[in-house]
Amino acid sequence: MKRTMKRTMKKTHVSTVINGDEIDFLCDPSQTLLDVLRDELQMTGTKEGCGTGDCGACSVTVDGVLVCSCLVLGVEAEGAEIQTVEGMAGPDGDLHPLQRKFVEHVALQCGICTPGLLIAARSLLANNPDPSEQEVRFGLAGNLCRCTGYHNIIKAVLDAAAEMRSA
Amino acid sequence: MNNTQYKAPASVEKAIELFSGAEIGGKLLAGGTDLLVQMHSDMIAPALLIDLKKIPQLRAIEKEADGYRIGAAVSGVELMNHTGFCTTWPGVMDGVKLIGSLQVKGRASVGGNICNASPAADSVPPMIAAGALATVVGPDGARIVPVEDIGVAPGRNSLQQGEIVVSFLLPNQLAGSGGAYQRFTPRTEMDIAVVGVAVNLTLDKAGICSHARVAVGAVAEKVLLVKQAGDALIGTRVQDDATDNLVTAVRAACRPIDDKRGTREFRVQVAGVLARRVVATALERAKGSGQNP
Repeated sequence: MKRTMKRTMKKTHVSTVINGDEIDFLCDPSQTLLDVLRDELQMTGTKEGCGTGDCGACSVTVDGVLVCSCLVLGVEAEGAEIQTVEGMAGPDGDLHPLQRKFVEHVALQCGICTPGLLIAARSLLANNPDPSEQEVRFGLAGNLCRCTGYHNIIKAVLDAAAEMRSA
Repeated sequence: MNNTQYKAPASVEKAIELFSGAEIGGKLLAGGTDLLVQMHSDMIAPALLIDLKKIPQLRAIEKEADGYRIGAAVSGVELMNHTGFCTTWPGVMDGVKLIGSLQVKGRASVGGNICNASPAADSVPPMIAAGALATVVGPDGARIVPVEDIGVAPGRNSLQQGEIVVSFLLPNQLAGSGGAYQRFTPRTEMDIAVVGVAVNLTLDKAGICSHARVAVGAVAEKVLLVKQAGDALIGTRVQDDATDNLVTAVRAACRPIDDKRGTREFRVQVAGVLARRVVATALERAKGSGQNP
């Protein structure tokens, strides 16, 4: 038992690239990437909703793949390239077209689901720059919103897609 | 949850050594979409997590002489992005595409879906219908196990101490083959199957069914391969009498639970309805598939 306890003291060193910056962190092997982002790195843009992969509030991309960060261990991020909502606006604070359209279309109320929806929507548009309304609805099915009824979110994503295509 | 160790071995041999040598409780980590939820809810507190995703064999999708081989830790999204596999095995992809959200599919593996042994797992019926064979490696060597023999009961599989599923072989099919999977859920997305049915069949040049396998999910303690249902189609043109016999055989095999998501009678009824529908889709696909992969 004593030996086990000793082992727990040892945190694992993990090297990653987050939003283009090389970031190293120490974490417990059972800590989720979500907890690492929020509690170790103070990157609180990514939200915790359910903690079980149902709501999508904690969506990030790991090596370009959209995932729920509550279902990824921090230690699994070794060598990975991670994108979070903090990386969406430009260096001067210029909002990403999706962020701007979310504001214009009032696609949020409480805002807890918004970072995850923005990350999921950006991932969707990267794979499909000209989605139909149905494709947007299916593409964002893993992100729950308890406030808006989704309508304005879908409008915002379609509008942002149109703007990004013409840019 | 604090005294967990994490290892990411680079070979199957090393993984088995860790897994079988763990007098401490070891857990295998592939996609983690079930494991991390169990850890999060304090259902389990594994002493050792063995991440299988650094083992190349478990991550590969390869066309071999005998068929397609997919690593046990390949994610749903990796399969969805593999055009060759999607074209060859649309029925398997019907199931894979229904597993959770895109976020979940970005992590969840078919291997995990099969080994977690949920009777309602969406990729399992089409993998069984496809005749998929698992390569299982353990301390005593390798063995080949048909996918239908892996699940035993909810959350329990037939693997022995220290054994790991490395990959699945989906054997080549003849020209004129097609498969399909459908499930019933109250919602269209993000839900757990109340009933799921998969079929894989082959029509010869004369339009006679020469091969058919039918698997049914969420109507028993495990996903069932219903041999009598497949046999009902073989030797026929897969028309009304044959599909009636198929429906009867599927319903006869069901022994579902009665719960809030579906009564026993409902599940048995719907299993027959879905069987008829998946056969119609599989027939269309079989007629459209000219080439022998």
